Amino acid sequence: MGDPLFWHRLQFGFTVAYHYLYPQLTMGLALFIVVFKLLGRSSGNEVYRDMARFWIRIFGINFAVGVVTGIPMEFQFGTNWARFSHLSGGVIGQTLAMEGLFAFFLESTFLGLLIWGEQKIGPKLHDLAAWALFAGSWLSGYFIIVSNAFMQHPVGYTMAPDGTFQLARFWTYLLNPWAIVEYLHNMMGAVVTGSFFVTAVAAYWTLKGLYVEHARKTLQVGVAVGLLASLLVAFPTGDQQGKLVAKHQPVSLAAMEGRFQSGTYAELNFIGQPNLAEQKLDNPIRMPGLLSFIAYGSFSSNVKGLNDFPQEHWPTNIELLYYSFHIMVGLGTLFIGIMGLALLFLWKGRLERTRPLLWVLMLAFPFPFIANTAGWMVTELGRQPWLIYGLLRTSAGSSHLVHAGQTVFTSLGFAGLYIVLWFLSAFLILREISHGPTATPAGH
Amino acid sequence: MEMLWFWLVSVMVAIYAVMDGFDFGAGILHLFVAKTNAERREVLGAIGPFWDGNEVWLLAAGGALFLAFPRTLAAGFSGFYLAMFLVVWTLILRGISIEFRSHVQDDLWRAFWDRTFAMASMLLPILLGAALANVIRGVPLDNSGYFNIPLFTDFSAKNPVGILDWFTVLIGVFVLVTIAAHGALFLAWKTEGPVHERSRALAKPLWAAVVGLWVAATFATRTVSPEIYSQFPGSFLAWLFFGVYLAGLAAVFYGITQQRYLLAFLGSGAFILGILATTAACVWPVMLKSTYGPAHSLTAQNTSVGGYGLRVGLVWWLIGFPIVIGYFTLLFRIHRGKVKAAAEGQGY
Repeated sequence: MGDPLFWHRLQFGFTVAYHYLYPQLTMGLALFIVVFKLLGRSSGNEVYRDMARFWIRIFGINFAVGVVTGIPMEFQFGTNWARFSHLSGGVIGQTLAMEGLFAFFLESTFLGLLIWGEQKIGPKLHDLAAWALFAGSWLSGYFIIVSNAFMQHPVGYTMAPDGTFQLARFWTYLLNPWAIVEYLHNMMGAVVTGSFFVTAVAAYWTLKGLYVEHARKTLQVGVAVGLLASLLVAFPTGDQQGKLVAKHQPVSLAAMEGRFQSGTYAELNFIGQPNLAEQKLDNPIRMPGLLSFIAYGSFSSNVKGLNDFPQEHWPTNIELLYYSFHIMVGLGTLFIGIMGLALLFLWKGRLERTRPLLWVLMLAFPFPFIANTAGWMVTELGRQPWLIYGLLRTSAGSSHLVHAGQTVFTSLGFAGLYIVLWFLSAFLILREISHGPTATPAGH
Repeated sequence: MEMLWFWLVSVMVAIYAVMDGFDFGAGILHLFVAKTNAERREVLGAIGPFWDGNEVWLLAAGGALFLAFPRTLAAGFSGFYLAMFLVVWTLILRGISIEFRSHVQDDLWRAFWDRTFAMASMLLPILLGAALANVIRGVPLDNSGYFNIPLFTDFSAKNPVGILDWFTVLIGVFVLVTIAAHGALFLAWKTEGPVHERSRALAKPLWAAVVGLWVAATFATRTVSPEIYSQFPGSFLAWLFFGVYLAGLAAVFYGITQQRYLLAFLGSGAFILGILATTAACVWPVMLKSTYGPAHSLTAQNTSVGGYGLRVGLVWWLIGFPIVIGYFTLLFRIHRGKVKAAAEGQGY
């Protein structure tokens, strides 16, 4: 525990996982705000406009926490990962700087206008602000994913004589195939979070018999978008992401699946506990051949097990990686089931009367947050022991002069501050929900 | 190319100081110039639409530093580890106080956030000023190209140095007072009624203090880092920016006397921009001075990345920068004139 590297990893992991709870909702809600504004404009129905205004109020609270918890992420590249920053700044510095210039300024400018309200700036400019927020937050996501994709699958660089990585081909780096797949998968995940959140609020109102018309329209939009996103996050984006891992990080795939022995007709494990001491999966429930098919498109393909790789290339926390992957996939499957069922009942016009299903929809909203977090843990744990895959080990990237006494201090500081932030933002968001979609601001 | 990026980073830092400076200044002063809830909301209404965008200049400057001089960023950020997190935590508290304050109509809730906002706005200029002073004074960079210093040692500004000593605290206070004075002029320009009157009354003594501290800071810098003035006489840019900041200072006092507060505010912006740019011209090419001698200093030349990355970065930066200017023009146009406090439940 006195190992500085452990604390650097824990602090960065904690602050980034916490931070991303907010942007995933931001990016999801941004889409819904645009959709509600479009529906309001095309139908002339005031209910849609109320919903756009309602979600903007929640968006504003959520966005603020996303902004302030994002600042430490930018700083921590330098503070905690100095040697990594020194070596790779010539490459990933490009996209991190582009994010500031092209995305953050766009978002910050139009957020102020969005919050300022339609009466002050007029409906046209207000619509533009909503679109700008949508574009800005989704653009921001792309720049970050490109930086991450370089760490997963480095392209477009050369190594200088002094050991630093230098940008060699800008467009190759910016259009890294890994980045494109990872981005689409990630954004669909964010839309899943947004749609479960939106749907949960509508289900709550329906169960309480409140704002019936608003709840009805929101359920329709939320469930339709929710099913579409849940399907897209699995196929083709999740599937393609898995194939990339199988191709470029086969040892991570083996660890994600708790697979120790190589062989053909590889099974897909649904449940089981990886046992590293005995190098096997305990209590497995599995389907033979499926992993081979998913990874390489044929049931008979050989999928390598961990034993075929030198141990120093194994991910450093195989158990957590294995569970993260299975939680993500398990929850993702569940999301398709829930939203599929909800759409079926919606189709039959019975969703509003089917209280058990409404209860499920109301209570399901935390799970996409968990699935998205688990997904990112798969990405980051799967990359270990590398910081830049195949090029730089995590242990060689930290700030070596920063000792554990400093990192433990700042980690604890973040823990305290973020608990407070969590309660504050939850309090304010719940308060907005209880005020309902028709709350006139003056009636506060 | 390294020189161009050195100036891009410096100018973005200077723009950050000017832009975020006015909302920091408003935060430092708001407890004194705005007494009632309506007056506080007037202050928040004046800075609310801008503060987030202003802060992005810090991230944009940091991004440019990362892109062009990653070794400097790595050494500086990890070397000032604890101070960096004090900055980060204070930025978090400050942002949250602006955004959360007006959501709940409750005296205690608002009193809490008003004070948090004021304290965070005071602490940050001191910290950022001290950071700048550390760069001028130098840090114990050795052969490894890294260092790590504590928050304070014996306050002597000599090895072993800490982040806070008499010199860095002096510069921190200079920055604090300058930012407060800058904010007073912004509020005098944008508000009316009691807030305007109080800000106006504060502007003159604050600017007198700025001049006093400026003289003190100049002499202190001579003591701690005498070589900084050696290339001043021969540097055209140093003279140019020196002129900018003297002109800015003149505009501040002329504007205050003539009650032309936009002019005074622009003058104070020129003062801040000029003084930072003059400093940059004097230290070039050193980005992080070593207290173990110039051979160990990190400079624009020995820490820059390859030319291709700098050229590519310049291309997109030249595309992006005018767009950003457009955003701010739009914001200032929409929010032109004196600020009107928003109704309860709206705006900031």
